[in-house]
Amino acid sequence: MGIAPVIEVSGIRKAYGRTVAVDEVSFTVNPGEIFGLIGPNGAGKTTTMECVEGLRTPDRGAISILGMDPFRDVYRLQVRIGVQLQQAQLQKRIKVWEAVALWASLYPKPVEGKRLLERLGLGEKRNAKFMTLSGGQKQRLFIALALINDPEVVFLDELTTGLDPQARRAIWDLVRGIRERGKTVFMTTHLMEEAERLCDRVAIIEHGRIIDIGSPDELVGRHCPERTVMLSTEHGLAEERLRAMPQAEEVTRQDSRFTVRGRGDDFVTEVIHCLSENQIRVTDFRTMLPNLEDVFLKLTGHSIRD
Amino acid sequence: MLRGLWHLTWLEIKIFLREPMGAIGTIVFPVILFVALGRAVGGRPTPRSLGAISFVTVGLPVLAAVLIALGAVSSLVTIIAIYREGGILKRLRATPLRPQTILTAHVLVKLLLSALSLLLMVVAGKRYYPVDVQVPVFGFTMALLISTWSILSLGFLIASIVPTARFAQPISGAILYPMIAVCGLFVPIQALPPVLRAMARVTPLTYAVSLLEGIWKGEAWSAHLGDVASLAVVFAVCVALSAKVFRWE
Repeated sequence: MGIAPVIEVSGIRKAYGRTVAVDEVSFTVNPGEIFGLIGPNGAGKTTTMECVEGLRTPDRGAISILGMDPFRDVYRLQVRIGVQLQQAQLQKRIKVWEAVALWASLYPKPVEGKRLLERLGLGEKRNAKFMTLSGGQKQRLFIALALINDPEVVFLDELTTGLDPQARRAIWDLVRGIRERGKTVFMTTHLMEEAERLCDRVAIIEHGRIIDIGSPDELVGRHCPERTVMLSTEHGLAEERLRAMPQAEEVTRQDSRFTVRGRGDDFVTEVIHCLSENQIRVTDFRTMLPNLEDVFLKLTGHSIRD
Repeated sequence: MLRGLWHLTWLEIKIFLREPMGAIGTIVFPVILFVALGRAVGGRPTPRSLGAISFVTVGLPVLAAVLIALGAVSSLVTIIAIYREGGILKRLRATPLRPQTILTAHVLVKLLLSALSLLLMVVAGKRYYPVDVQVPVFGFTMALLISTWSILSLGFLIASIVPTARFAQPISGAILYPMIAVCGLFVPIQALPPVLRAMARVTPLTYAVSLLEGIWKGEAWSAHLGDVASLAVVFAVCVALSAKVFRWE
């Protein structure tokens, strides 16, 4: 057995009135990894995360985080975790440094606020009121507040929702930086690209249930083994040779452009091998690999944006 | 358990004062009303009627004090509603701050600002008020703080039922300000129709007015223990109910 998991969730269920938000949800988060809970809005991501943070109690099931029960030991736990909540705000007229100073005063061993703000690119904004910050700056402030106590586990709920692509990329770098400092990150997102770029492992959740868990590559390999190669060549025998490949399931041609479909991790190598063996010169060669978006579509029958 | 209380209280005072309209409205308005109305009614050179004198010497100061208290409560309701709607309450709760610390900080802010407003009233009164009145300032301040503290608990109850921040002002106004009509300040409670008299019995403002009036006139605290006890009961009941129905998000 490896190292003990940081978070262990087994069989939790939570209902609001007659609406079941999450059911039979189980997963573990390992130390030092970025773990993502991914799924569409309303799938139960936030409910699950807030149960782990100790902000909600599940109706059934058990949660262990850093060896503690999040609800019973919530005050001991809060000192060791950092939390960023979805759609949270601060007082409109609170200044950036005031928020950081308040948060720092609440924890026994805070990191230095000024350095933290500089690291997150907010050094210039120390005296700005919260209401004057841009969306990206607000999110960076929330990351600062989540890191002020030098936590072991950091929770990030829909961190980049509503941000433009540039701000989003900047935030991704910050999250990778958190992992590099040895922290465990538990995040939620409905953006498959974000999950693919950031997460070591993801759990796909829909209608309150977890459908599958694994690294993005594992999930793609498991559910979407299809591979597509598109190439252009003037070679007269190209079509014949490609069709002769045992692994090629489908070859279509449009003038000099070919689309070859197959499955499995080795498929692209086999196409390359076939081209070189037959000395077929190509002017273009592209692969289309399935991603988490395709995995989600395959597993749920609909796109995540629907 | 009180970790962060002073820090948060001080911060909330600073934040409150940064919004000029809200700060002026709740702190300065009762003082302006007190001075302006006092001069309008009591400052005439013509012989004053007995009613006008009693209004200017007792009624108006107490009314101004009541407005200070109600202003504080309605401002508390609005702030709680805005904080809840914006997820600020939830964000604060996800820190080692205890829920009761967050709410206590807001109560302290309102009490301190009420005291400040009263202080302004005393200073302005000495300078501009038409009638020279000798008042037990310390006792009256205590009476106002006890009244405000009790009615603030009602504010938490109102804050629990306010659906969104937009409704905070109208709903708290609709609940709080009718209490002025039956609190005994304008019409003696004995003279009210039975229904209104029953209403007067259950609103904390009635006991607050009785206490404020008595202390203003120089009566002993022992004569008003009943008022203080009633205000305490209102506080206990509202806090118990709020603990059950208060929503953080």
